Amino acid sequence: MLDPRPFLRRLGALVLEKIARLGHASRFFVAVLLNSGATLRRYPLTLREIWFSGVLSLIIILVSGLFVGLVLGLQGYEILQRYGSAEQLGTMVALSLLRELGPVVAALLFASRAGSAITAEIGLMKTTEQLKAMDMMAVDPIARVVVPRFWGGVITMPLLAAMFSSMGIFGGWFIGVVVIGVDDGSFWSQMQDAVDFRYDVWNGVVKSFVFGVAVALIAVFEGYDADPTAEGVSRAITRTVVTSALAILALDFVLTSFMFRGTS
Amino acid sequence: MNRTTLDLWVGFFVALGMAALLFLALKVGSFSGVQMEQTYQLQAKFDNIGGLKVRGPVKSAGVVVGRVADIRFDPDTYEAVVLLNIDSRYTFPKDTFASIYTSGLLGDQYVGLEPGGDERKLVAGDTIFKTQSAVVLEKLVSQFLFNKAAESQDQQ
Amino acid sequence: MSEDTLVQIDNLQFDYGGKPVLQGINMRIPRGKVVAIMGGSGCGKTTLLRCIGGQLRPSAGKVCVDGQVVNEMSRKQIYALRRRMGMLFQFGALFTDLSVFENVAFPLREHTDLSEAMIRDLVLMKLQAVGLRGARDLMPNSLSGGMARRVALARAIALDPSLIMYDEPFTGLDPISLGVIGQLIRRLNDALGATSIMVTHDIQESLLIVDYIYFISGGRVVAEGTPEDIRNSGDPFVHQFVHAEADGPVPFHLKAAPIMEDLGLGDVRA
Repeated sequence: MLDPRPFLRRLGALVLEKIARLGHASRFFVAVLLNSGATLRRYPLTLREIWFSGVLSLIIILVSGLFVGLVLGLQGYEILQRYGSAEQLGTMVALSLLRELGPVVAALLFASRAGSAITAEIGLMKTTEQLKAMDMMAVDPIARVVVPRFWGGVITMPLLAAMFSSMGIFGGWFIGVVVIGVDDGSFWSQMQDAVDFRYDVWNGVVKSFVFGVAVALIAVFEGYDADPTAEGVSRAITRTVVTSALAILALDFVLTSFMFRGTS
Repeated sequence: MNRTTLDLWVGFFVALGMAALLFLALKVGSFSGVQMEQTYQLQAKFDNIGGLKVRGPVKSAGVVVGRVADIRFDPDTYEAVVLLNIDSRYTFPKDTFASIYTSGLLGDQYVGLEPGGDERKLVAGDTIFKTQSAVVLEKLVSQFLFNKAAESQDQQ
Repeated sequence: MSEDTLVQIDNLQFDYGGKPVLQGINMRIPRGKVVAIMGGSGCGKTTLLRCIGGQLRPSAGKVCVDGQVVNEMSRKQIYALRRRMGMLFQFGALFTDLSVFENVAFPLREHTDLSEAMIRDLVLMKLQAVGLRGARDLMPNSLSGGMARRVALARAIALDPSLIMYDEPFTGLDPISLGVIGQLIRRLNDALGATSIMVTHDIQESLLIVDYIYFISGGRVVAEGTPEDIRNSGDPFVHQFVHAEADGPVPFHLKAAPIMEDLGLGDVRA
């Protein structure tokens, strides 16, 4: 007869450890918010982080958006023309991008491009005692290092998602109208008819804002919480990418079920 | 990195993001929600609303004049109660006729308003009494088949 | 506590995860002096330094700096105190995303409202003091270990602190850089009228520059004295340390079961 106690004990330890970590993360989040006011007044710090996580992610976001749009154009046309409604192509491309693909894919790309870089940067600063040195100079590392990176990510994310969606719609338009020959006028008018600003565009922006908060928080927390060794930092980077991806997809489900339930 | 270059890039980035949002708002989406800030609510009862959805369009002479605000079931009369938000710029006579139509053969359903000749106008909270329910395709088809069958029997 | 004592440590104890690291340390560090705290690796020297800087809270006892009890201060008070402290970390801990100039300017920018021209002058003076004015535009990753340590020293004295702490300032340096850092520590201390505490295990270099030495072993002060006392000390521990002998009061072997037993030959004795 197998003794279940060691397994139960390990399970218990694991759960307790996860809960403790979640507690740390929440306290960290509160500390970040409390320190935000003073740091944001020194906006050049945040500006640098917008450059770091936004401008440097620009190329990958625009190129991915374009390709996603091209594929949506091809696949969408292929399906819609079976039902003789190829003029609905614009609607399909725009709605899929605005509601789901734009915020979600842009956030996933953002997590792996900028999120991992933020974790690596903070983790290495911890490993080389830069954070401790800062603390000894009476400068709070959360205010000076963490807060600008967090807000840089939060501000950047919705803008990147909007660019991703715009680029995707352009890609869908290019395939549908220029390559295949769907009527230009009906492509746009059908799209405009079906896409509502508050309902579709704004909800997409809200989604990407929430994803931005989640990814930026995970990235700075994992960096700040990393073991101060080379191995610890590399593990923290992996955790940032994995946890962010899970958080994005789970939050997307929750948000979608609140935003788009029971209507059209 | 130089401060001016940094500022320039961030400015460019934010401008690009704003342009994308503006593009999504104006070119991709319709500002329907904002256009119709000023609305008044009417009520209409139907025996059957078919596939009508909340936020579906309300049209008169083919022009969108409002949106479906809410759909409820009245347990006393066993009818569907449809609340309509109508743009305040437009008013309709008391004897306006509300019907549920389908755009195209398989498209979305919408509420069509056909004005009557009454001098008095509908005001907020009023109920439209003259309604026509959605055409349910299955009923139409079975009626058609039934008629055909009856015809062919007559001929024999 | 007398007027000329800057740092006073009474019965300081510190546990780390239930394991005692420091068990009752008493020290007096007079103003204007350079004091070395010595001991083997892992004896709690760095922990002691962290307690003085308020980064760690002791489990018992107290640390007084300039008449104020550090371990009873709020975070705000500790930050106010740290503005008058400079600390040199083991490997410099320079900010890798800032140039040498910006590294030294960092404390000035964070804690003062000086004009850009003023900051520039101050930074160049501090860099001149450590002999690296010519390196101001370099990034930290292109500096040698000794140079990085000197830049970090310039950063530590940027706000003219009254207490400078050094965590293993000599580790991993070639003999020339080592001599340079040693001389800098002494000269800067005297020039700034500051007090210096140095945690190190480099006895020969320390004997040349410090005024007083504490030896720590097993979480306690085991010997103390001026360099002269230490050189002539008859204490076996100090003797072992000064002459770098492999075995002595600090045993070569970590406590373990007798080797024969460990090798499964335990019954040989029988």
